[in-house]
Amino acid sequence: MAKRNDAVATLSRRGFMIAGASASGALVFGIPFGVAQTAGEERRLGFFIEIRASGDVIIGSNQPEIGQGVRTALPMLVAEELDVEWDHVSVRSMPLGLVRTADGYTWKYGGQGVGGSTGLTSNWDYMREVGARARYQLIRAAAEQLEVEPAECRTEPGIVVCDSVNARLPYGELVERAAALEPVDEPVPLKASSDYRIIGSAQNAVDLESIVTGAVQFGIDTYQPDMRYAAIARSPVLNGTVKSIDDTVAREVDGVLDVFEIQGPAPDEPYQILASGVAVVATSTWAAFRGRDALTVEWEPGPNANDSTAAFWKDCSEMLTKETGQVVVDDGDYDAAMANAVQRFVRRYEVPFANHAPLEPQNCYADVGADRCHIIAPTQTPSGASRSAAWATGLERDQIQVDFTRVGGGFGRRLTNDYVAEAALVSKRIGAPVKLTWSREDDVRNDFYRPAGLHEMHVGLDAQQRVTAWSHRLASASKYFRRPNMPDEKLWEAELYADDFPRNIVENLRLEYFNHRIGVPRGSWRAPAHTANAFVVQSFIDEIAHETGQSPLDLRLQLFGDERELDYGNHGGPTFNPGRLTRLTKFVAEKIDYNRVRPKGSGVGLAAHFTFGGYGAHAIEVSVTGAGELSIDRIVAAIDCGLAIHPDAVKAQLEGGTVDGISTALGLEITVADGRIEQSNFHDYPLARIGVFPENFEAHIVPFDDKPTGVGEMGIPSAAPALTNAIFAATGVRLRRLPIKEQLKNAMA
Amino acid sequence: MAKHSLRVNGTDIVFEGDGATPLLWVLRDAAGLTGTKFGCGIGQCGACTVHIDGQSRRSCITPVATLNGQAVTTIEGLATKEALHPVQQAWVELNVPQCGYCQAGQIMATADLLARKPAPTDDDINTELTNICRCGTYPRIRKAVHRAAELLQAEKDASNG
Repeated sequence: MAKRNDAVATLSRRGFMIAGASASGALVFGIPFGVAQTAGEERRLGFFIEIRASGDVIIGSNQPEIGQGVRTALPMLVAEELDVEWDHVSVRSMPLGLVRTADGYTWKYGGQGVGGSTGLTSNWDYMREVGARARYQLIRAAAEQLEVEPAECRTEPGIVVCDSVNARLPYGELVERAAALEPVDEPVPLKASSDYRIIGSAQNAVDLESIVTGAVQFGIDTYQPDMRYAAIARSPVLNGTVKSIDDTVAREVDGVLDVFEIQGPAPDEPYQILASGVAVVATSTWAAFRGRDALTVEWEPGPNANDSTAAFWKDCSEMLTKETGQVVVDDGDYDAAMANAVQRFVRRYEVPFANHAPLEPQNCYADVGADRCHIIAPTQTPSGASRSAAWATGLERDQIQVDFTRVGGGFGRRLTNDYVAEAALVSKRIGAPVKLTWSREDDVRNDFYRPAGLHEMHVGLDAQQRVTAWSHRLASASKYFRRPNMPDEKLWEAELYADDFPRNIVENLRLEYFNHRIGVPRGSWRAPAHTANAFVVQSFIDEIAHETGQSPLDLRLQLFGDERELDYGNHGGPTFNPGRLTRLTKFVAEKIDYNRVRPKGSGVGLAAHFTFGGYGAHAIEVSVTGAGELSIDRIVAAIDCGLAIHPDAVKAQLEGGTVDGISTALGLEITVADGRIEQSNFHDYPLARIGVFPENFEAHIVPFDDKPTGVGEMGIPSAAPALTNAIFAATGVRLRRLPIKEQLKNAMA
Repeated sequence: MAKHSLRVNGTDIVFEGDGATPLLWVLRDAAGLTGTKFGCGIGQCGACTVHIDGQSRRSCITPVATLNGQAVTTIEGLATKEALHPVQQAWVELNVPQCGYCQAGQIMATADLLARKPAPTDDDINTELTNICRCGTYPRIRKAVHRAAELLQAEKDASNG
């Protein structure tokens, strides 16, 4: 009998599982999740597990798939505990499940939303318990049929086995009897990690074949009966408004049905949609785009018409030079330690605004009626989509049905559902179903951009070259800009994660923040502030090492130190173990043979960072010609995500994060002049292509224990600093401003 | 209203409408073939890549009026009834896709590359595959291109042997 440990999930078990028979006679398991269950249809909606008489198993996927592999990984957890062969599993999408209770809305199928690398960790116990309870139901059914005790039964994949009576009953044959049993409330044991057959090994990814044949449906692939098509011309100036519309020519475009104004939020108000604009409704996407091109709109420029990134950088520099900011961490005695330091250095680093640029442009299908609304959208937050539709329509949220599709890239952009609100506004106005499609230009110019910031770093070292004082002064445009109920004194929290390295490692530590109120909308961009702060901190460590004649590898190992749990109050806590960064740094350094002397013009850079509960590191080898032509010759990336549920998918996330980090560091920047975003499409927002990345590209998993962390964001933060550290090692040119663009060529000229 | 005829995946289609309409939108909005994706609309990203008379083209900047009955193959027409195309097989073997949005275009571009260069070098891949993948599946695409070349060669060997 398989060894079982006594780990049981900590969720409330009261009515955890309901079981029944579907119309076709299959056994179905669902989760009432804290709400009174009504009979009939309700019991059949959104079930997690359906076991057919054939033995085929259908598992519900309740989370948005944005390419992170959650549609495979979460059903793997269910299948593991249910004990079935993965080949017999298919996965079905579940809609948003919200139900109204006396005090608001609650989740019918568990929380539904992906971001912050939480999809897996937040469902780790929950999904396994779903599978374990269903398995136990089958064991009880077998025991009843065989007239033995459940304890005499065990399972093999897809079969209940009772050795005492020498019986083997396939799950499919137990369907009817199991459906008639009332599920038990007692704790059900979960498998020991040593018994995993599915978790931790390669499994076929769900939907793979339908992706390569073009059959898989993204949001933009939604086509419904009587559907109209819409495009919106948005104000080109931040916070601009519509002054006048001349739609004479637009209405003559073949297929154009209607033209009307969409009112955006007032400046400084929280965003429901991003901008004021003019909607064009037509009989096809192309007609809507053509009609929009034919509009003549006069815009009222509004209060941000003079905003520019040039002024932003100047302001940030002046703030750091002349003012004292909000001191948000002040450990030890920073001033005294700095006064006593034998060596001191100051460096400034710049990280620009960045566009999310998911390859599937924003889009949403909305069908708004007098007392109901149907939304089909690619979103990371289906519940947010429901809120946005409620705002736009004035309907109650239980009158709104939200179906979420596979998502053509998230990166944090689709945590916000402004495009859902827009589509619902348009559908409500025309009284017909509509699909709103953004163009690439719409997406580049209307985003919740990654915040830009100017970072000033100070360090003090004692006579033994130990780091005794450290300060990080940041002037930036906080992500929390225009959030509802957000006081100014909390804006820093989105930009400096107080407990990040070197908290509790460097004794005398000060973090200081200055907010800039530029009118650029901003939001969460994959691994939010970690991308900026890892670049800054990991570059600065390198600079300290070079200035003091130490090896950048040795200094990192010394600063990270041994394994120990430090308190970590930010997202990804409750603890941070810097020794796991030591392990990873050593790992990538050995793989790339860090200490080997390279020829002139070649060099290796290292970086490591703790992100939202997981650990990532990079070693990158580059060569640079005398003219400053950069070639990335080798990439070694490593992740410690605890237990890797689906190792191949973990490596995929690490590879993708690395590519994202390097692509963004090389060439991506959003700039503003005269209140307008200056970039518009991939010709001036040049995502890197395959040729940038070498064939020597390794992604490694360094296992740690038996608990998983998320994996979507750990691959990105250390990539950029490893690259710029490598460039320094190869050339002696220190790049402190991202993106790199022509800086290296200019420096070498 | 002008009529434009084209042959898509072996089926004759007549599109009645603006001849400036990009093939992309004819395929998606009129023909119901949604595997070909809209990414940029200016021929930069390649998500809309299809084959026209066997050669890869960016359908978002190809007006339907320019086709004159030429044969269009989309991702839906790449596999045979019996089997996936070797490029698709390689993509499955190496679990290339993440979000999957660009992959139809990547696969169509690769099928064209391999038809012209059955054993591409890494340099060939670097210069000829210019499609954007926002998720960063490039390391796997590279491996899958080489694997697809092997599979195609094996297919040829089998049919010659």
